[in-house]
Amino acid sequence: MNSPHIAIQSRSSPISATATAPTVVSFRDVSKSFTVKGVAKQASHSINVDIQQGQLVTIIGPSGCGKSTLLNMVAGLFCPTTGEVLYRGEAVHGVNGRTGYMTQSDHLLPWRDVAGNIAVPLEIQGVPKAKREARIRELLTLVGLDGHEKAYPSQLSGGMRKRAALARLLAYDPETLLMDEPFAALDAQLRIRMQTELFKLSRQLKKTVLFVTHDLDEAVALGDRCLVFSGRPGTIVRDVPIPLGDDRNIIQLRKNPRYHQLCGDLWEIITPDHDA
Amino acid sequence: MNIFLGRLAIFAAIFLSWQFASGPLVDPFFVSSPLEIGRRFIELVASGRLFAHGWITVVETLVGFFFGALAGITVGLILGRNALLAKLLDPILTSIYSLPKVALAPLFIMWFGIGIEMKIILTATIVFFLVFLNTYSGVRAVEREQLEILRLMGAKEHHLITKVVLPSAIQWVFTGLKLSVPYALIGAIVGEIMAANRGLGYLLQDAAGQLDTAGVFAALIAIITLALLLQAAVRALETYLMPWKKEQDEREMSV
Repeated sequence: MNSPHIAIQSRSSPISATATAPTVVSFRDVSKSFTVKGVAKQASHSINVDIQQGQLVTIIGPSGCGKSTLLNMVAGLFCPTTGEVLYRGEAVHGVNGRTGYMTQSDHLLPWRDVAGNIAVPLEIQGVPKAKREARIRELLTLVGLDGHEKAYPSQLSGGMRKRAALARLLAYDPETLLMDEPFAALDAQLRIRMQTELFKLSRQLKKTVLFVTHDLDEAVALGDRCLVFSGRPGTIVRDVPIPLGDDRNIIQLRKNPRYHQLCGDLWEIITPDHDA
Repeated sequence: MNIFLGRLAIFAAIFLSWQFASGPLVDPFFVSSPLEIGRRFIELVASGRLFAHGWITVVETLVGFFFGALAGITVGLILGRNALLAKLLDPILTSIYSLPKVALAPLFIMWFGIGIEMKIILTATIVFFLVFLNTYSGVRAVEREQLEILRLMGAKEHHLITKVVLPSAIQWVFTGLKLSVPYALIGAIVGEIMAANRGLGYLLQDAAGQLDTAGVFAALIAIITLALLLQAAVRALETYLMPWKKEQDEREMSV
């Protein structure tokens, strides 16, 4: 063990007000194996973590280390092989309707226009038409898609598709947002804008967010806390608090020495051999 | 527009050479001639025989097409969503599928007689398999992640079917339907040729029996017209049911 780790842990500033909030998601000694051609392969092991309400937790680590698996287990799409995933104190069994999922590909329905796509979760919940329309208008404004409600996904740019997917995700108001590299395919400017909006929205709507990313800068810019995974079979090797505050300006962060310090520290964690 | 003119020129060339070859080069008994065929066609229309017989074929084709397609979509949907059932039924379906459906005609004549029912059932059987197989593939091709995302929104099976599976399979369904149009006509026409006293197939057979080549060609033209009309109807229905497809097609392509 070398110095950067200690440096991070000793800087034990509290993570805003959310540190004392109730726990939403808990992993208890969770491991997950997949059977590939009859051979069990361990994807992740010994995962222990508690995530508090209202936290935006970013998750980084090499490919195939089980980051996405973690989200899938919270959503109840996978069961852990051993251990337990608790949601508000209860073991997750089957689909967890209090979570919403957003992946790199937006999975908008190509046969519905933007308004129609946002309507899907509302239709499923049986929201009456008039109320649905009002809610859709509200969401369109929230994500900045006013005037595009009649466009089909194929007519939208990548950023607009993301906004539409985000609006759909927010439409059914899930308590916890599970985001698996949602902005990975966007260009740099657009990514920062989407990050800014996601951060603002998550604070405004008081959402708990689990956000998987490959991008270290993104992990620091967005997170209240960053979980660092080891390579396969993955486990959480570091739980790094990111005390950049609730009112951070993600664009201005680029000029913030604290931000650069945190990014640098994270780099050292994920490349431990760098000074060897 | 240029394409249209080009096509017109090709048609004109074919009919003109046919017209002039008939007589000096080829015995008109075998090939008749466009003018003669046109005359017979007008005769058929004027006497009302064309529409009387054509109507029978239209009814057989449409009713058979409708029930075959309905059954094909339903079974395709059920088996597509139920892998175990699909596995269980696979050998039966594969063996019936590999049978040329026309070979069932004699059996259907024994069972249902030589009336309109037999042609409808033959047509429906042919259409069923084409639509079923396409619907099944379409349902199997639905993205799993798409379904999971809707499940997280609280979707039940009926939501998944109406909101994702059906709309996403519909493109495949239409491939099956478009493919089926000429085959539906095979069912009706072959049925009529084998055993009937009504329908375009009968008209065709009757003209051939009287060695009336112009009559045979006139009946063939009627059948082609019917097929084209059906094809256009299916296309129109497709555009109507899939407005998003038009938007996609109009988008500029880039790689």
